[in-house]
Amino acid sequence: MTLVRAEGLRKTYMAGDVPVEAIKGVDFQIEPASFVAFVGPSGSGKSTLLNMIGCLDRPSGGRLQVLETDVATLGRQAAAAFRGRHIGFVFQDFNLVPVLSVFENVEYPLLMVQSRPPAERKARVEALLEAVGMADQARKRPDQLSGGQKQRVAIARALVTNAPLVLADEPTANLDHATAHRIINLMKSMRDEFGTTFVFSTHDPKIMAEAELTFTLEDGHLHTSRKAEVA
Amino acid sequence: MRQVLKIASRNLMRYRRRTFLTAGLIALGTLAVLLFIGLSGAFKAMMVGQITDSMLGHLQIHRKGYVASMDNLPLNLMMKPAAAAQVEQTLGAMPAVEASSPRIKFGAMFSNFDETTAVRLNAVEPAREVATAPQLPGRVIERLEGKPLLEKGTLLVPELVARGMKVKPGDTVVIVATNQDGAVNGQTFVVQGIVEGISGPGGRDGYMHIEDARALLRLADASVSEYAVRLKDPASLPKVVSHLEGTLGQSLNQQGKPAFEIHDWKKLSPFASIAGMIDLMALFIQVMLVAIVLISVMNVMVMAVYERLREIGTLSAIGTPPRRILGLFVAEGLMLGLVGSAVGTTVSLLVIALLRAFPIGFAFGRQENLLLKPEVAAGDVAFISLLVLAVGVLAALQPAWKASRMDPIAALRAV
Repeated sequence: MTLVRAEGLRKTYMAGDVPVEAIKGVDFQIEPASFVAFVGPSGSGKSTLLNMIGCLDRPSGGRLQVLETDVATLGRQAAAAFRGRHIGFVFQDFNLVPVLSVFENVEYPLLMVQSRPPAERKARVEALLEAVGMADQARKRPDQLSGGQKQRVAIARALVTNAPLVLADEPTANLDHATAHRIINLMKSMRDEFGTTFVFSTHDPKIMAEAELTFTLEDGHLHTSRKAEVA
Repeated sequence: MRQVLKIASRNLMRYRRRTFLTAGLIALGTLAVLLFIGLSGAFKAMMVGQITDSMLGHLQIHRKGYVASMDNLPLNLMMKPAAAAQVEQTLGAMPAVEASSPRIKFGAMFSNFDETTAVRLNAVEPAREVATAPQLPGRVIERLEGKPLLEKGTLLVPELVARGMKVKPGDTVVIVATNQDGAVNGQTFVVQGIVEGISGPGGRDGYMHIEDARALLRLADASVSEYAVRLKDPASLPKVVSHLEGTLGQSLNQQGKPAFEIHDWKKLSPFASIAGMIDLMALFIQVMLVAIVLISVMNVMVMAVYERLREIGTLSAIGTPPRRILGLFVAEGLMLGLVGSAVGTTVSLLVIALLRAFPIGFAFGRQENLLLKPEVAAGDVAFISLLVLAVGVLAALQPAWKASRMDPIAALRAV
């Protein structure tokens, strides 16, 4: 089963009275358990594309299927439910909830989105914190963590629901180079351990080199390259 | 729900000063309302008690048309013995009635043998009058030692008349009255005591024994001017009045016209309008409280939403249902109201307990050294607390709704 399938996908938005075509009829497929990067300069449409895959934004035209669901047909509530069940998010600014501890941040989707029972939540959160190397920081608040640690927590939060797809918009942009590499390697190892597909956007050439499949966006058009080709 | 409240309480503690200020404002509003209700309620209850227990009774029954001419104390509008017997029988059959007192009210001339003045008199059966107006003995400020409150051949002289005419207990005075036929009759009486005046109708009347009045007015039968009625439970007043209107109120006289009229104390005393004004002020204070809570909570919640746009975007992006986001913000409004009303109620009850231990003394009209002991009913506390909570939730609803409907992309882009 193809995880994400886009055919003739377009996105047009209005800049004042002027329509701007950000995505101009692109086609791509993302398979399960892959490690995919969308790259391109600022304003090339990477985030727009990720937002559409993540059901945060709707396509203006074409077809976009995620887990064989036509996401353009989902209403607000259904889209939220779909995201809660199938998609994890990692943000450039980590976006942890400041009033929750590390444990509670990771637990949040299980508790407030999926309403899982306490024992299952505890086991799942502890396993994820262990996996991202943050088990010993579970009681800390986000403001007591470094940028790299925050992003590890964010990855654990994205994975805790067993979502088959994690979307990471510029996940390393606010990290130093060494930390950025550790985060990318962590995402990769999580992909290997849990079989989760990671789709991330970046404009850092060293980070994009870590992707197995790279989609390059230029003027709303998409070019595909596999790692062997990049290498 | 517990988790939502936990997150809401932590979010409130993020901005401690703002939260404490807002909760403090709500607490202050709650305190003001409960104190006002306690004090005004106590004042009202005291004055109503003074009026009903000292003189008026909870309700009065007259011959139809008497109340309209009440100021003239008309003797030609007294109840005839048959009507009085009907009233006695009706009241005697009502378990809600604690006591009733037949009265003859009339105007007379009061003489100390040197000077003469006008006086209003209330002729009563002493035992029944005390049972109906139990504070009457407390109003007797001077009396003959070892004598009953009132007996045949004696008078309780109104304080103002006693001072003006320089009479004291034990003095002999003359009462001259005109009966309903226009004949004048006079009789000497011993002053048994001086009765303190109170606010309201009949508050400055003197008292004599009903049999003395019949002799003085040469009444051959048991006619009376009115019946004052005391109820076991003042709260049953509307029900009792309604019952009496359905029974005595339907009785017709020989001319086929209504024989009786029934009035509760509110219709007889001008204090009822003051009590109504107090109730109106209490309502106004409650409206002020609603405004305080509404504006302060809404202000805090609007700020909270604008300050946490990215957080809202994040929660929405990771799949939090809109109704849960709504719940998170509504819970903050609820908790602000809860904390404010809990603190306000606690402080109010402490202040009320303090004021009950050390009551405020005040004067009302000619009455001095009245002690005001505030009291607030559990129902009022519950109502005000629920009102604050409800308004807190209502105030948070609009910002919470806005947060729950927010476009996650726009929210995530917020700086």
